[in-house]
Amino acid sequence: MGNEPEVSYLEYQGRHKGIWSWLLSTDHKRIGLLYLYAVVFFFFVAATLGLLMRIELIAPGRTIMEPQTYNGLFTIHGIIMIFVIVIPGLAAVFGNFFLPILIGARDVAFPKLNLFSWYLYMTGAFLGVASQFLGSGPPDTGWTFYVPYSVESGTSVIWALTAAFILGFSSILTGLNFIVTIHRMRAPGMKWMRMPLFPWALYATAWIQVLATPIIGITLLMVIAERVLNIGFFDPALGGDPVLFQHLFWIYSHPAVYIMILPAMGVVTEIFPTFSQKPVFGYGAIVISSLAIAFVGYFVWGHHMFTSGMSYYARWFFSFLTFIVAIPSAIKVFNWISTMYGGSIDLKPPLLYAISFIFLFLIGGFTGLVLGSLATNVQTHDTAFVVAHFHYIIFGGMGFSFFAAIHYWFPKMYGRMYNNKVANIAWGFNFVGFNLLYFPHFIIGIQGMPRRAYDYLPQFQTGHVLSTIGAFILITGLILMVINLMVAARRGAKAPANPWHGVTLEWMIPSPPPHENFDEIPEITTQPYFFGSKDKNKE
Amino acid sequence: MKNDEKHISSYSSLVIVLVILLFLTTISVLVTGFHLGAFTVAVALIIASVKVYIVLTQFMHLRFENLFLRLAVAGVFVMFALITIGTFIDYFFR
Repeated sequence: MGNEPEVSYLEYQGRHKGIWSWLLSTDHKRIGLLYLYAVVFFFFVAATLGLLMRIELIAPGRTIMEPQTYNGLFTIHGIIMIFVIVIPGLAAVFGNFFLPILIGARDVAFPKLNLFSWYLYMTGAFLGVASQFLGSGPPDTGWTFYVPYSVESGTSVIWALTAAFILGFSSILTGLNFIVTIHRMRAPGMKWMRMPLFPWALYATAWIQVLATPIIGITLLMVIAERVLNIGFFDPALGGDPVLFQHLFWIYSHPAVYIMILPAMGVVTEIFPTFSQKPVFGYGAIVISSLAIAFVGYFVWGHHMFTSGMSYYARWFFSFLTFIVAIPSAIKVFNWISTMYGGSIDLKPPLLYAISFIFLFLIGGFTGLVLGSLATNVQTHDTAFVVAHFHYIIFGGMGFSFFAAIHYWFPKMYGRMYNNKVANIAWGFNFVGFNLLYFPHFIIGIQGMPRRAYDYLPQFQTGHVLSTIGAFILITGLILMVINLMVAARRGAKAPANPWHGVTLEWMIPSPPPHENFDEIPEITTQPYFFGSKDKNKE
Repeated sequence: MKNDEKHISSYSSLVIVLVILLFLTTISVLVTGFHLGAFTVAVALIIASVKVYIVLTQFMHLRFENLFLRLAVAGVFVMFALITIGTFIDYFFR
């Protein structure tokens, strides 16, 4: 397989030429790259907004902007980061590119629907950014759109709600595509328990996308209806209930955390066996824990609402389940570390990022238990502690996993190798910068620093100064990392088919992959992480 | 649906289903005139669920599908029921 010279997907000329061969392509690999470029672009837009917020907070009082501008910045920073980058990121970029290859298929089940999803995604993303400039000023509700304020705010909330609604549609269609692809297009012999673990993670994720996303879609429409038509869903004066909004919002938005973290877990689960050169430890346990996280993750949304006036029994119920969901996550951590144990570890950039993922995710996870406990939640709710916690989970988890994924699969995607030394230096900046940026928030949060606050008491300044320094270190590392990869994509050394000595299917085809992935669909006869004959897989 | 089989429902059965759906819609409108307290939503959801069941089985041909697919769809409804219960644990005990 893959021994004959073939035209790669990057050089393939179909019906359309030039830019149209990308914008109208139904090739899952090209669509994956379209998502990648969009995600990177919007990430730097949102990161710049975050940096501006950090500069504002370097000292108490006004520094560079007015309070209302600050409110607009943290709102759009959140909307872009959550709905445009974090939720679709890994599944849309690496899921699109590698899911068909990893299961031995030529494409996803519905290629045209796949391209349509990207257009919906771009429409929603640009609408989100445009909401800053359209109508009556940047939305200032925060990305959570809590009522009653989101109903009463005089800013362009409707534009932002519509953007999130459209992005949700894109997510549903991608999830639907992946479910059908995994059910119907696995290579002969690839039974369920022979499927690699990144597709398993995508499968669990896709079910959440399909089942949970419509709820947020309807909820956002209800807010629009309340604003425009004065229908009383959430306004008590009209017979509505503001806590109902929080229920509906978090019924989606908590599983959304798993939409982004499950593929992240899937990515590192691919990386640890390859860079340890031994089979993944506890394949079955990882599969079951992915499904368990997806299932139990549906029923913990109430832990975002402990101070909302929710009933005592509901708080007890959701707190208990929150602790339950920690179990499958902990199983995975145990499996990853056990996979490395006794292995032939090769500390290349992908593994550095994957190990960092475990470290940062653990800090995010353990501090999540502080927030999941009823007593301590009351003390830390809506403080900077929460900001630190979710950035450790979302950026430390999904973000570092994304960086791990791009460094792991870059040679396959572009057929070029990047500079390892520069990648390692960039990792150092990113890791140090990230921790300096977010860890002080744990401390000032416990001391009482509220989240989303424009101004603060002088006692919190040390933490804010350290955090702002961390932001500059982090952005330096991110720019260095992107430049390294961009240079490599154009001028990097040619990548062999299997530079990391991996054993899953993507490493059995040329780099970059041919247009239709496989000359012949492979027949699967072994487990996916079979290193027993690894010598024959080496270049 | 099994690939080698086709299922064509008769017009009469489709019309009966349509009439049942219209009847249930009328019921769901009329029931809003009664003050059922906390059960208002429950009654509306029960009627809507019956309608969904009829649409899924009759119009969407789920009754001709294999057990796995029927269980998968049933699982979605179980999930929905659990989410509803989770929400109403708050409302009933607030």
